Amino acid sequence: MTTPDRPAEQPFLEIKDLSVAFPTEDGLVRAVEGVSLSIERGRTLAIVGESGSGKSVTAQAIMGLIDRKVAKVTGEIWLDGQELIGLPANELQALRGGKVAMIFQDPMSSLHPFYRVGDQITEAINAHRSMRAKAARAIALEMLRRVGIPAADRRIDDYPHQLSGGMRQRVMIAMALINAPELLIADEPTTALDVTVQAQILELIASLQGEFGITVIMITHDLGIVADVADDVAVMYGGRIVEVASTGVLYAQPEMPYTLGLLSSIPRMDRELSARLEPIPGNPPSPIQLPPGCVFQPRCTYSDRVAGGTCLNVRPDLLETAPGHLVRCHLPAEERRQISQGVLNVLAGGS
Amino acid sequence: MAAYVVRRVVMMVGLLFVLTVAVFFLFTLLPGDPARLTCGKACSPQIIEANRHRLGYDQPILTQYEEFLSGLVVGRTYSADSPDPIVCNAPCLGYSFTRHEQVLTLITAAAPTTFWLATGAFIMWISAGISLGIFAALNHGRWPDRLVMGISLVGYSLPSFFIGLVLIFFVILKLNWLPFPAYVSPFDNPFQFLQTMILPWIVLAVLNTAFYMRLTRNQVLETFNEDFVRTARAKGLPERTVVIKHALRAGLTPLVTAAGMDLAALLGGAIITESIFSLPGLGALAVSSVLESDLPLITGITLVTSAIIIVANLVVDLLYAVIDPRVRLA
Ligand SMILES: Nc1ncnc2c1ncn2[C@@H]1O[C@H](COP(=O)(O)OP(=O)(O)OP(=O)(O)O)[C@@H](O)[C@H]1O
Ligand code: SF4
Ligand SMILES: [Mg+2]
Repeated sequence: MTTPDRPAEQPFLEIKDLSVAFPTEDGLVRAVEGVSLSIERGRTLAIVGESGSGKSVTAQAIMGLIDRKVAKVTGEIWLDGQELIGLPANELQALRGGKVAMIFQDPMSSLHPFYRVGDQITEAINAHRSMRAKAARAIALEMLRRVGIPAADRRIDDYPHQLSGGMRQRVMIAMALINAPELLIADEPTTALDVTVQAQILELIASLQGEFGITVIMITHDLGIVADVADDVAVMYGGRIVEVASTGVLYAQPEMPYTLGLLSSIPRMDRELSARLEPIPGNPPSPIQLPPGCVFQPRCTYSDRVAGGTCLNVRPDLLETAPGHLVRCHLPAEERRQISQGVLNVLAGGS
Repeated sequence: MAAYVVRRVVMMVGLLFVLTVAVFFLFTLLPGDPARLTCGKACSPQIIEANRHRLGYDQPILTQYEEFLSGLVVGRTYSADSPDPIVCNAPCLGYSFTRHEQVLTLITAAAPTTFWLATGAFIMWISAGISLGIFAALNHGRWPDRLVMGISLVGYSLPSFFIGLVLIFFVILKLNWLPFPAYVSPFDNPFQFLQTMILPWIVLAVLNTAFYMRLTRNQVLETFNEDFVRTARAKGLPERTVVIKHALRAGLTPLVTAAGMDLAALLGGAIITESIFSLPGLGALAVSSVLESDLPLITGITLVTSAIIIVANLVVDLLYAVIDPRVRLA
């Protein structure tokens, strides 16, 4: 299913220069600006960033969930050779919950309180294929078992409020997977859950991904959970991507000062309590009044190392520093690596 | 669910009992001599004393309450020792000596008028308020939304007696579109019934219509932002299903509670409307009973209307439990 002007070997999902802006009474909210990403089929990409960095808006743009009446969306989103932006509403609707599925942050509020979980799942089945009620129920039950819900044959008739948070998120996962999606977007699927349940849910997603060969976008603000689940990581800040690398490279050789900040603020079991966590000072920028230069500049401790106030006035580009490793920063690559190794040494407890 | 119903019914019975205590003592302990109020200007102390005895006001207050309660259950006979005893059948709410009639009879005679007045207004405001509210929400921020909210604001700010008088003046007196209201039962003469009731319905419904337009709109807009509505869209459901089955179902449910309570509270608004249009309903009866200081009648009306509110409350809560599964198991 490739269009003539696209080469056949294009990635499964390719986002090009995606921007989403919401006109509001306070001004234009530039939630996402110039985001470009690509994912190969069957891989997991983590999108990491603080609250408000534009992760969910990016995800919703892929899902076609952004209301074009209230937002300006520009750029291209190619899924398996099909351009999603500008697709008619009914075609987007057919993709949603079919080829592309999504699970959300808060399983408490993401299920409808008035309907039995089994009915909510069969509703998802019926949205995409017609099937007898009995057969749909059997499929739903099978999927509930598959996502590890004990006594699924009884739970299927429960209402969401009768289930624990972890169980509800399993129901959400079952509902997302019920139509065998090729792309699964998980928007902070574990943020609202207990730590022990978090690990179980991540494990579940990873095992289902292996089993079904799904491509996964895992959105999180916690770099700590990324290492085990993602092949590649994209770090977002202020509505743009500031660094992309394979997971191993991002942990071993991060270059963007913001990524360093994120890494420093991961609570780690293997770290001495004395090695203090260092949260990034300051607050994320307002998406209405972004800094004119580097959006991270107000919080960056290294911006004075760049001569001539360039960080203040010039937007850095996302440039390749090594194959497959992109960084958005004015600092020379050599210096970035020095800084980064210094920080990593401190984190590792070295001198 | 069964346990919930039983618990709620038991609570309601308890509440009704407390209500009889409160209403009875409130009115009995009021300053003033109730026996004095039972005879007109040419009143001798003898007549007052005789009436006091007939009415039972010479008894200790607890005995009076006891008789009142047993009257409710088995009926009672006033001045049984006199040659012309007054029999008040169960459930006896009391006997109006001003009108020489059982209180219950007076109330049941007036109740249908108020019932039809309230029911018509209720249907009017629910259908207009909710449909316009949904319409506004679906067109959020555009002109239909502004128009509906504008109408709502006007409805809010006009006092109902003013609307009533304006309607009477223009529609009835100036334009002669409708005859002056004269209440008949809808079963006797449906056409005249409608002619009579249409203006009172409008007057009684205006404020609540305005209120429900706004309430519905905000409620629906709020639900559109709910996570489960986003989930419904993410499933690939058609927009119609997302709106009706997911958003509206959840957004309109709280209106059941509001509507039930507002229907009960409508009895208050009915007083004004019945007065404006001279409708012989409970509101009008309540007003004249107060003007005549007809203590048994006031007590009876207060009791009945409060009981209606308590029962309405129960019905609404049970209904809510049927619609919202979260309540069912709580
Ligand atoms: N419908 C909208 N109207 C106006 N602004 C919006 C809208 N949706 C999102 N935004 C804004 O866009 C920015 C990015 O939001 P987004 O939800 O993508 O953040 P996020 O990275 O997912 O953060 P979080 O970790 O809190 O989920 C935020 O500043 C948010 O306020
Ligand atoms: S461009 Fe300048 S301000 Fe931005 S991260 Fe690099 S050094 Fe810091
Ligand atoms: Mg988010």
